[in-house]
Amino acid sequence: MNPGTVLAAAAHHPGFLSPTGVEITFVLVGLATLGAALLTVTTKQLVHAALWLVVALGGLAVEYLLLTAEFIAWVQVLIYVGSVVVLLLFGLMLTKAPIGRSPDADSGNRWVAVGVAGAAAVTLVWVVVDAFRSTWINLHGAVQGTSHATGTSLFRHWVLPFEALSVLLLAALVGAIVLSRRTDGGKETE
Amino acid sequence: MHLAYPAVLAALLFCVGVYGVLARRNAILVLMSVELMLNAVNLNLVAFDVWLRDTLHAGQALTLFTITIAAAEIGLGLAIVLLVYRNRGSSDIDRLTALADPAGPRGDGTGRPGAGEDPDGPGTTAGDEKAEATA
Repeated sequence: MNPGTVLAAAAHHPGFLSPTGVEITFVLVGLATLGAALLTVTTKQLVHAALWLVVALGGLAVEYLLLTAEFIAWVQVLIYVGSVVVLLLFGLMLTKAPIGRSPDADSGNRWVAVGVAGAAAVTLVWVVVDAFRSTWINLHGAVQGTSHATGTSLFRHWVLPFEALSVLLLAALVGAIVLSRRTDGGKETE
Repeated sequence: MHLAYPAVLAALLFCVGVYGVLARRNAILVLMSVELMLNAVNLNLVAFDVWLRDTLHAGQALTLFTITIAAAEIGLGLAIVLLVYRNRGSSDIDRLTALADPAGPRGDGTGRPGAGEDPDGPGTTAGDEKAEATA
């Protein structure tokens, strides 16, 4: 964007006091997402943390839909809500996580973590608001994230990283199997 | 839509993830916080892709790649956590101090194997021996 269009955009900048319907929805869903994320990292019950994570990730999928990225939203629902959280719940059960409240869910350096996260939040929000105060996303016009557009660009311009990622997924699969296999066969080599 | 809304939401989600990584004790809860941080980055990528109207769709392609890498990471991370739990009987990350320098006069850093495990008492040494036997 050249400076002329930036100035023109700032001149009739819509302002924060007259939000559109999409913005109101975005902020409300964002508040729910943020609250669910906070509960994920603060709740004392480990299984509830995984369930609040479902709410946070589902809220993010709604945010993707509001940003017109349809394909990413459904991929988010399928992979994160569908498989990652299920994997996390399996992990919690396999490590015999306590079902009720566990008082030692937080470690001793909790207040240091609060300080670091608070300082990072203040700095990041200040910088981001200062930088993008008058930037406007035009959500009208051609939808940016249909599955047609995403698939076309993915298989036209991003084929090589796509194939490399499939090899990485295969390596991760083999690695997870090797790591989690019971090592009974190792007794012959000892 | 103002770009500030998704950017601020992504920054706050990232900081919530940072808090979780630093403050949680269970390794699986730490993995959940890492997922929150990765999702904050994804939201930034999608928002900037929609703002810039990128003809290559770089933001959305990179978001898909991040989701894939996060799935691989969670699989490997859970396998490692299960292995640690099977060997040590605990998945609390601040109890896994077998590689730490011992706090005491013996911590001279000579690098001799087993030099730092003596002051820890018999319980830890038995756990270490079991871990070495299964390794």
